[in-house]
Amino acid sequence: MAFLTFENVGITAMAAAVPRTVIDNYKYTQYFPEEQVKEVVDKVGIYERRFADGHTCSSDLCHAAAEKLFADNDIDRSEVDLLIFISQTPDYRMPATSVILQDRLKLPNSTIAFDINLGCSAFIYGLSVAYSMMSGQPALRKALILDGETRSKVYSPKDRRTAFLFGDGGVAALLERDERFGKSFFSLNSDGSREGLIKIDAGGYRNMSSAETVKEKVVDEYGNIRSDEQGYMHGGDVFNFVIREIPKDIKNLCVRTGEDIQSMDYYVFHQANNFINSYIAKKMKLDTAKIPSTIAKYGNTSSVSVPLTIVSELKNELIDKKKLLLSAFGVGMTWATAIVNFDNCQISDIIEI
Amino acid sequence: MEQKFLDLLKEILEIEDRELLMTDNFREYPEWDSLAYLSVIAMLDEEYGIQIEGSEFKKLKTVGDLFSVVTKK
Repeated sequence: MAFLTFENVGITAMAAAVPRTVIDNYKYTQYFPEEQVKEVVDKVGIYERRFADGHTCSSDLCHAAAEKLFADNDIDRSEVDLLIFISQTPDYRMPATSVILQDRLKLPNSTIAFDINLGCSAFIYGLSVAYSMMSGQPALRKALILDGETRSKVYSPKDRRTAFLFGDGGVAALLERDERFGKSFFSLNSDGSREGLIKIDAGGYRNMSSAETVKEKVVDEYGNIRSDEQGYMHGGDVFNFVIREIPKDIKNLCVRTGEDIQSMDYYVFHQANNFINSYIAKKMKLDTAKIPSTIAKYGNTSSVSVPLTIVSELKNELIDKKKLLLSAFGVGMTWATAIVNFDNCQISDIIEI
Repeated sequence: MEQKFLDLLKEILEIEDRELLMTDNFREYPEWDSLAYLSVIAMLDEEYGIQIEGSEFKKLKTVGDLFSVVTKK
């Protein structure tokens, strides 16, 4: 584990936006029989998801969330010196979406803007980058992390291994320096030998987009169908990886920092599916009352799932000082654990667009 | 130990109408699918503290092969 520690930086406000279109997973039976769908849905515990329409991008969800955050907290836009956009579903291959958002949000040209493309663990990675840049740099007054994904556009509805899992959402988080936040700790990890566990094979520069790569094909003995430009996932192997690495990383971070794992106020896990999260909670003997969940209503929103769960489930819980353990894992593979304090964090109501 | 293993496997695969044999090819069970795979991985970890690589698991064909993973530990 790469171990990082920071002092006196924290999240002071959050907001989120989700698409208004609700997918009822039990009724998502266009390509598979109802009984089969029910079995999958019950096992993964994902009952509803939000799907963006053809015109709505991750950036649009983040833009709406950021405008809400600015309005609710009366933020002076000229004080936002850093903008990080986190996504694997950006507007274009270039330019970086963060830069487009700088203009759309009417932030000054002196704003530092760049993208982070990483996947499910990216919010924690992005936090560490923002905390790091904010530390000891008084010239950076406020940082804005925008984290959005439209994973509904990534996976084939005809591949039952991924058809029922993913949803869309966007989050805005404002970061500032203040002594009330105290120390924060991060463990960040990577294992590229497992690049094939979750992947889109074509459409980048290794296998460039062509007529062949957009053709739908039967990809396995179960008759699942997708193109090479749609994502796939070996869920069993991911699960295997997760139950081996995630509890270990959480324990290691607690040992390294001297924190008692049972003393956390909340544990916010990446919302991959309920089967994985219930298993981790049981294995680590965590108090499930302290594990907020949005799996049932938003599904797996990739990097957005950790902050979206905070906005959705902890809206009134982070006014007093609270210690949160954040944990996420996914495509890469990459995985990350953080222990961060929240204190007087202003969380807006989730908006639908 | 063998009987306990067979009982556990039967339970997680939700097989009620027959007994399992060590010589069965579990991948040919009508109950076998990617969700069953998750359950087996969880069972191996929870009951036996065993985490098996996906590439290793692919080589296992019979219930006996699965059981040998447990006894080898």
